[in-house]
Amino acid sequence: MAAPEFDVPELKEFRTIPRLAPDVMAHSKPHVASEKINEAIGFPGELVENWQEKAIEKMGDLLGKYRSLKVYLDSCVHCGACTDKCHYFLGTGDPKNMPVARQDLLRNVYRRYFTPAGKLFPKLVGAKDLTRDVLDDWYRYFNQCSECRRCSVFCPYGIDTAEITMAGRAIMDSIGLGQKYSNEILGKVNRIGNNLGLPGPALEDTLLGLEEDVKEDTGVDVKFPLDVKGAEVLLITPSADFFAEPHIDSLIGYAKVFHAAGISWTLSSKASEAGNFGLFNGSYEMMRKVALRIREAALELGSKRIVVGECGHAWRVAYSYWNTLTGVGAGGDDPFARQLQSQLDQRYKQPMHICEFTWDLIQRDVLKFDKEANDHRIVTFHDSCNVARASRMGDTPGGQFEIPRNIIKTVANKYFEMPHGTTHEQTFCCGGGGGVLTDELTEIRVKGALPRMEALNHVVQANGVNFMATICAICKAQFTKVLPYYKFNRGMVGGVHQLVSTAIQLGDK
Amino acid sequence: MAIEVNGKTYETDEEGYLVDLNEWNEDVAKLLAEQENVNMTDQHWEVVNFLREYYNEFQIAPAVRVLTKAIGKKLGADKGNSQYLYELFPYGPAKQACKIAGLPKPTGCV
Repeated sequence: MAAPEFDVPELKEFRTIPRLAPDVMAHSKPHVASEKINEAIGFPGELVENWQEKAIEKMGDLLGKYRSLKVYLDSCVHCGACTDKCHYFLGTGDPKNMPVARQDLLRNVYRRYFTPAGKLFPKLVGAKDLTRDVLDDWYRYFNQCSECRRCSVFCPYGIDTAEITMAGRAIMDSIGLGQKYSNEILGKVNRIGNNLGLPGPALEDTLLGLEEDVKEDTGVDVKFPLDVKGAEVLLITPSADFFAEPHIDSLIGYAKVFHAAGISWTLSSKASEAGNFGLFNGSYEMMRKVALRIREAALELGSKRIVVGECGHAWRVAYSYWNTLTGVGAGGDDPFARQLQSQLDQRYKQPMHICEFTWDLIQRDVLKFDKEANDHRIVTFHDSCNVARASRMGDTPGGQFEIPRNIIKTVANKYFEMPHGTTHEQTFCCGGGGGVLTDELTEIRVKGALPRMEALNHVVQANGVNFMATICAICKAQFTKVLPYYKFNRGMVGGVHQLVSTAIQLGDK
Repeated sequence: MAIEVNGKTYETDEEGYLVDLNEWNEDVAKLLAEQENVNMTDQHWEVVNFLREYYNEFQIAPAVRVLTKAIGKKLGADKGNSQYLYELFPYGPAKQACKIAGLPKPTGCV
């Protein structure tokens, strides 16, 4: 695992569209999941013998289930609006990382097997047989997409490239060609309750340690409760918040907010994970299975509110899918979903993002801050893709952009925006989302971070920014890894609730 | 994949992590460290040994904060921070130190 060798792109003042470099990233692919990993989550252990037939069958299955997929595959007119919008293309110049070309890897095969013209005159319509070479390209390039959906913002037809990537991965999983990183994690969350594989006793030990630390720092007994029945709030947060830095500083921030507001809360050892890699793999069944742990925990603990910690895709799943998957939010219609509906306190948003939770308390003047405590930080905010483009916060359009910024400006004096076109709905992915946050993909992660690093460099040079706040565990881990490649300090990245934690006044001693 | 130490073969996964952590011994650790370009000093061993002790108790590597606290207690408060751990294990204390200690790679958004 010694650091892989490759050329780190140069930071430029203005973003440039790279010269095309065909196949320059053709060597980049994640480790294939082992038989054991695949079988543990119900996929074939290795590439099945009749993989071609099975893959087409699965494609047909997905096309039958998701009309959106068919529309996306049919409606592209190759206008090229998306070509220079992908961070992986901008960082590598590999034409197959142009969103349209990446989609075409699947679209060409779709045409061959599912459209009359492609069946009869494949060459005329660019239809292609599903050969081993094509499958290998799928494995390479559908694992060089972070499903961030920036390209979709610019597509005149609104084609959701991420959904095509998800379909590609779902097909590969179904024939035994899953990737190790995501599939190992899915096995762990099902078996142990979180992506890290952190068992209950270790979680308890870690939380007790945090109570000691906060007591030492502040003199206040801030609790980190676990499996407390009857607590008002069940907090669902990414397991990286228990384990990694800077993630853990935001966890401390959440605990301080609950303490200062006097609201009882608990974590759950059963549902100690907000992340849901079922989304990344395009597997509805997997996504549901992972989400159901949260419903089980909420029912067992009798929670009245469900609040979600700083995790980008978790918030997408929670905001957009939990209602029908689990009954958190209206829509689920099975006995347990109805039971949960009647248990949850409907005066509040269900689920609620931790930023909505904190901002609500700030607006009601419940929390007090010493803003100067953050004066050593000059802050900017990186919008995480799944929060920015696949969800919302608050009651007004754009709340997902404004609420985290409002919190930052409440707890810190110095704040600067990165350049227009790199934030809000046009935010650039950190380069590590969607299931590519794994060491063997370091090169594509570093290169894909280029547009964000250029935008960051702009405010570093112009405004002296030394802290990039974000609300996603993947962004935090990714930036911690890639910042040093661009000669930035890895400690520059942190959470919004890390800033809250620094400034919040706990009142009692 | 596999590595060979003192004439014995040890199976590793595709990323070079030891498959069976019970097979681990100091010579294996030294070879794994060498492959990572890490020169094992007493301070490195403190970290590796703590990781193994913690793993034996909890079946998981300790959180970075748990590790920095423990190292701070053993080696002095000025060493109880992740910056110091990065100096010892430049690729990242969690992953690189775990590998040398023969533990599985931490997974997830870390």
